[in-house]
Amino acid sequence: MTEEIIIAGFGGQGVLSLGKILAYSGVMQNKEVSWMPSYGPEMRGGTANVTVIISDERISSPVLNAFDTAIILNQQSMDKFEKSVKPGGLLIYDPNGITHHPLRKDINIYQIDATEEATKAGLTKVFNMVVLGGFLKMKPIIAPEFIHKGLEKSLPKRHHGMIPANEKAIEKGKEILKPYHLV
Amino acid sequence: MKELRLMKGNEAIAEGAIRAGADGYFGYPITPQSEIMEYLMAEKPKERTGMVVLQAESETASINMVYGGAGCGKRVMTSSSSPGISLMQEGLSYMAGAELPCLVVNVVRGGPGLGTIQPSQADYFQTVKGGGHGDYKLITLAPASVQEMYDFVSLGFELAFKYRNPCMILSDGVIGQMMEKVEIGDQEPRWSDAYIREHHPWSTLGKTPDRPHNIITSLELESSRQEKVNLKIQAKYRILETEEVRYEMIDCEDADYVFVAYGSSARICQKAMELGREKGIKIGLLRPITLYPFPVKVLHDLAGKTKGMLVVEMSAGQMIEDVKLAVECRVHVEHYGRFGGIIPSPSEVLHALENQIIGG
Repeated sequence: MTEEIIIAGFGGQGVLSLGKILAYSGVMQNKEVSWMPSYGPEMRGGTANVTVIISDERISSPVLNAFDTAIILNQQSMDKFEKSVKPGGLLIYDPNGITHHPLRKDINIYQIDATEEATKAGLTKVFNMVVLGGFLKMKPIIAPEFIHKGLEKSLPKRHHGMIPANEKAIEKGKEILKPYHLV
Repeated sequence: MKELRLMKGNEAIAEGAIRAGADGYFGYPITPQSEIMEYLMAEKPKERTGMVVLQAESETASINMVYGGAGCGKRVMTSSSSPGISLMQEGLSYMAGAELPCLVVNVVRGGPGLGTIQPSQADYFQTVKGGGHGDYKLITLAPASVQEMYDFVSLGFELAFKYRNPCMILSDGVIGQMMEKVEIGDQEPRWSDAYIREHHPWSTLGKTPDRPHNIITSLELESSRQEKVNLKIQAKYRILETEEVRYEMIDCEDADYVFVAYGSSARICQKAMELGREKGIKIGLLRPITLYPFPVKVLHDLAGKTKGMLVVEMSAGQMIEDVKLAVECRVHVEHYGRFGGIIPSPSEVLHALENQIIGG
């Protein structure tokens, strides 16, 4: 098993920490992982993306140009990464703020209303975990107990009180994921 | 089982330094390596092992603090990125001339000049051809994973003290900023002063009655004596070149074509190899781990068994010169590179092999 994922959106949406929690959970489940961010002058409101690879084998390149899954959280990222999903691959996106919906016919596309759901439930801080839930629904590559361990490792101790809210958000994400276009 | 952590390459350098029993770190912040000092400051190694961490007023000050610490036989280090490393060249030449061991980490960014904060491998010439003046070499280790960032700190100190010469870890923004799984080793003790006096009697750690003063200098105005200094240093380099060459060879046994790449480019080439083999092209990879001493012999031998080599670097073509010297025209060698902070993609690298070597 090798899963090559791009997660992309605005800075401040928790894109990098979503990737980190997923990667750390992979470490806890004894997988090989890599986490490669776009680093640089990005900040809140700018674009941010991270490539996460989770595999049973040694990982070759941490930098990729084709992905099994793209998780897309703003229009700029849609413009950049819709074309980078491998044929037959998966695209999950939050339609909030999307003006040009994806057009690919050769990949499976799902919507997740994570912004709306997180705001409604007062869970804006764990918006990214709603998104993670959507991903895990489609690709259950990490078991819930290892996600729990990944959260423990990724979050500073002073925020461990937030772990149940994070896990609740993940469950919410699994519920609200809906198909947009299926191959 | 050893402790596993998910860490950035830069953090792995910092934790590796504490665990290796380093005595001091002197540095000045610059992207993309600032996490090294940030991590060290946050970890308070003074409380863990007694290690000193100090933000100097400049890179020039940092390397000269390293000179002072190394003169006392202490395991001291600094880190920076390309423009900052340029400022350290005088100090590195002085340390090589004075035969002082130290560890310097360069997390390379795009140049020339202030350039960009994105990854690059364009400091190869500066590192292995002597960025400072005079006939000297830096022992150069090129990590290709976060685990190697961690492991090469203690290896770098070991080689630096074995040969009394500065050692450089030549990394780049990809390896510095990415996170991977790291197996954390045990805490090594810092050396006691008694240990240093016994094992490194050249150090200026306080004169004992049984010996004359130790003098550490790179100045020798009498030419015949200065030539002897140079001959001694060169003799050390000849030993390094036979004893300390390190490299990794992947799938070269049946390969028609070979990528030669180090650091993050070697990782990208591994993916390009996978893509190539899916198409039936037999590709191998030779990854130099020590850039100095360079794996000359293995490349020379490989040259007789392959149809072509593509040297992939995030530069305009620097390591290719050493590859060409090693293979002595026995095989067709081409270069593919991107620069200015652009990271080549695996499929782009495979295309380059198909166009420049297989079809070329």
